[in-house]
This record gives sequence, structure tokens and C-alpha cells, in this order.
Amino acid sequence: MKDRAFEGGDLGVITPQIFRWGSTFPLRSGATLPGFELVYETYGELNSQRSNAILICHALSGHHHAAGLHAPQDDKPGWWNNCIGPDKAIDTNRFFVVALNNLGGCHGSTGPCSARPDGAGNWGPDFPTVAVEDWVRSQALLADHLGIKIFAAVIGGSLGGMQAMQWGIDFPDRVRAAILIASAAKLTAQNIAFNEIARHAITSDPHFSAGRYRANGENPDVGLALARMIGHVTYLSASGMGQRFGRQLKSGDLALGQDVEFQVQSYLRYQGQTFSRQFDANTYILMTRALDLFDPAAAYGDDLVDALSRAKARFLVISFSSDWRFSAERSGEIVHALIRAKKNVVSSVIESEHGHDSFLLPLPRYLAVLGTYLRQLHETLDQHAT
Amino acid sequence: MRPDLSIIAELIKPSARVLDLGCGEGDLLSYLQETKGVNGYGLDVDPTNITTCIAKGVNVIEHDLDAGLQDFADDAFDMVVMTETLQSVRYPDALLREMLRIGKECIVTFPNFAHWRCRLHLGLLGQMPVVQHLPDSWFDTPNIRLCTFDDFERLCREHRYQIIQRFVVGPDYHQQFLANQMPNLFGTIAFYRLGRSS
Repeated sequence: MKDRAFEGGDLGVITPQIFRWGSTFPLRSGATLPGFELVYETYGELNSQRSNAILICHALSGHHHAAGLHAPQDDKPGWWNNCIGPDKAIDTNRFFVVALNNLGGCHGSTGPCSARPDGAGNWGPDFPTVAVEDWVRSQALLADHLGIKIFAAVIGGSLGGMQAMQWGIDFPDRVRAAILIASAAKLTAQNIAFNEIARHAITSDPHFSAGRYRANGENPDVGLALARMIGHVTYLSASGMGQRFGRQLKSGDLALGQDVEFQVQSYLRYQGQTFSRQFDANTYILMTRALDLFDPAAAYGDDLVDALSRAKARFLVISFSSDWRFSAERSGEIVHALIRAKKNVVSSVIESEHGHDSFLLPLPRYLAVLGTYLRQLHETLDQHAT
Repeated sequence: MRPDLSIIAELIKPSARVLDLGCGEGDLLSYLQETKGVNGYGLDVDPTNITTCIAKGVNVIEHDLDAGLQDFADDAFDMVVMTETLQSVRYPDALLREMLRIGKECIVTFPNFAHWRCRLHLGLLGQMPVVQHLPDSWFDTPNIRLCTFDDFERLCREHRYQIIQRFVVGPDYHQQFLANQMPNLFGTIAFYRLGRSS
């Protein structure tokens, strides 16, 4: 089924590239990688002052293919195609956009699916724990490689917003604007609990084999699908699900006494099955762990204001009214910490029925806020250059 | 810029920390950022206003004043400003108290319900006033907490707020002899600069 509603032609066909880091890379966990590869894409042109670069940080299940197509006959464009492109909110006529697959990912960057350095199969469950700080440092190396001293903006939703925040704290001179969408300064116990249920679904699948499923030629499809189904329900809102599915039946007839299947059942099963074919279970565990561990205030005596005081960037914080997994209150905590730290900050709470998933949707007001902010930011880049 | 905003801008010191409650299109903060280098934030709820503020590079925070200001720290601002908004919030007395908690001083402006035109409408015609400085009909007005200058000053006395400065204007924000002589009868808008009780 071809989805003709997207404007995938805008950026045309994009070819992913590989950045290779050949030296050792120490991780927050104490482990060291002998080197790594990151797969990334770029859209638009870097200007002569190299001042117009934007970094897109992906969320839990995202990757480097944020916009455009990989082949002319592709069914679907990149995951944020409604936002990135010529004349879109993240306007590639103005900005040079970089999107990558994070370290530990399963879409081409070094991760659990990659070969071990000693050649003994792939990393699998032995791939070291990766933290948001590690991602940010590896992204900075990619920026060096691309000749980008300072990003005009680092943008991310959810786990991506956490990276944007960490960028502001860890590299104050390398980011002009940090844009945090549907994010949080740290996960709540409830949020960690949902991640734990997802991990447990994966690890208790008999095909998981303590993470060595590839060596056995197997995949924990059932566990991974279940993890995705749980996650997916938490990314939607009750009213949003009600509007979309209600109690509609996919098959069967209650009046005839038949077994019935609700639309929402069929939808969730489809989501779970598709995901389990496309995503690596060890990466899912690694990414959810990075989410759980994120707490930039911890290094500053649990004082978020102190942590954010280091930042020199201006901040845009966007949240969505029906998002309960990364609620507007969590974004509010970031906003008030930024005000206390005397940082420039804009915040908007977008009215939406679509829960946490809203950050991926083309909601007119959301795109207007983001687009207006970036246009104004772009006007100030010339001032910085002179 | 609106004349009332110029009057307020005069009262704000360079590099001050300023919070503007109901900042609208962000004109005051934009002007203060450019001319006085203030560290300013504005609160508003209107989506169009918020986008306009963003386009001007103003620090706008989407926030409903009726939800309170409890997330702001004590003494966070040198000046908290609220122009012609007091009359449309649900808890004006609580909001004033909060303004003087988070700000060392505040500036409040609001329309006078005891202006002679209002009195004429109510007293002689027996109708809710629809006048230049209060142009809405009773059924669609955002102004749910109308008061007079006298009412406001009585509230300040009760709570021991210090009235540091008062400035009253007539129609179109013009200074008028009569508005200064008999403000509660001839003034349309008042500017109060308040401080905590000494």
C-alpha cells in the first residue's frame, strides 16, 4: 500500500553516509569501545560560515532516515518528513540538517548487531551500556568530521530532547538553540516501570536466549512485539485511541454470537509484528536503559538549575496536552529550571489528542511554533557571523 | 508601541529581571530587551500571541495565569508587570500577592469602572457600561473582575501593599488635568507601582 499523502519528493532520494571513528571511545559506564561507525544523512546545504547546521536527535525507535526517500519507489519517507524539507518547519532552504543513528542502534551504526572487534560473532548483549552523554560526545565527533563548530540548533523529541538538553550542558559553546520536544529532565518511576515491563517482555521470550538469539538464528519476535504494543499504548491517549478506534470491530459479529476482533487489537498486533521484524531486541533494551539512566542534574548535586546554568544556548520547550508518558508538567520543570538559571526560553503546550506520539505528527500549531522559532533563529545567525 | 507600554518601560531599570503577565504580542519585552538589555519573560495563553512573540525573539511561556504562579521562585524578578489583565483573571487578589512574592516590585494597570461615563451608563441609563476603555458587552467581555481605583487602593491597604507610584490617564492614555485631580471620576486607566509592605 503506497501512502500518497506524504510529500516525499520534496527532498528526493537521500543516500546515507558513514562516519568512522578509529580511536578508542570511553563510555560513561567505564567500558571503552575500540572505535565506532555512525550512519547519518544530511539535507540542505552548509553555508559558507558553517553557521546553519541543525542536528536531529532521534527517540527510542528512531534512526538516521529522518526525511526524504532511500529509493524512488519507497512506500514511506523518513520518520520526520512532515517537518524536515524545503519550506517546512525545519526548512532545508535555510538550514543544513544532520540526522544520525545513535551508537548502539540497529540501523547501521555500531551496536549490538555489529561484529565484535575480535571477530567472534556480533556484540549482542555484550555491547556496553550507552548513556545519553555518550551519544552527545559521539555526535560532537560527527560534527567535527562535518566541519561544524557550532550547531544553530540541536532538536529532539522524547529521548531526542534529552540529547538536546545534554548538548546544551556538555557543549555550551557548540549549540545556539536547544529544542526539547515532549521530553523530561529525568524519567518518573512510572515511566521507568513501563520500560521495565517492555524489557521483561523481551527477556522472558524463550527465543531471547540471554540476548544471544542471533547466534542461534532466532529472534524474540513475540517479546519484542509485546514490548512495542505496551509502549505504543502509552504513546497514545485514551481519548485519541477512542476517536481512532472506538469499539469498531475488525471481524466477527457480536449479534451472531461470533468471536470478534476489535480494530484496536488488530492495529496493535500489526504494530508489534512489524516492529519485531525491523528492530533489534538488544538495541531496544539498550535504548530504554539510556532513557532510564538519563539525569543530567545528578552530576550537579541533583540541582537541575545548576546543571542548566552551564548552558549558553537558548531553549525552546514544547509539550502536548494529552501526553501522559512525557507530560507537560515534566516539560514545565525544565522551563522553570531554565528561568531560574536565567536562560532564554520559549515554551508552548500544544493542544493535541494524540498523546506522546504528537511530536511526530504534522499538527499545524506545533509546526507553526517550531517553524517560527527556527526562522527567527535563522535571522540571528547573520548577527553572530559578523 | 502602545502609549501605556512606553510609560511602563520608563519605570524599568536596565538589565532588570522582568516578568510580564499577559504579555500579548510581546511589544514591551521586545522593547525592553533591545533598549535596556533586560532578562525578561512573558506569560500568555493565546496561540497567535505566542507565535508573534516567538517571531520577535521574546521569551514567551505558554501559561494560564488562573493556574497560579507557584512554580516561580521568591524574589525571582526585579519587576513583575501586568497590563490591563487584572480585571480578567479569576483570582486577582491571590495573583497580586503572588506578584509581590516573586517580584520585588510590580506594576499593575487596569481600567476604572468608576469613570464618569461608566457611572452615566449604569446610573442614568441603567445599563452595563460599554465605553471606549471598556468596549465589550456584558455577555462577551473578558473583564470579569472590574473594579474602581478606590476599590483597588482599599485592597492594597488591607494587604499593606506599598503604593510607590500612581499614574492616572484619561482617554487614549493622555494625561489630563481632571484625571489627575479626581482620578476615580475622570481617570480611565491607572498605573500602580507596588512594593511589599515596609
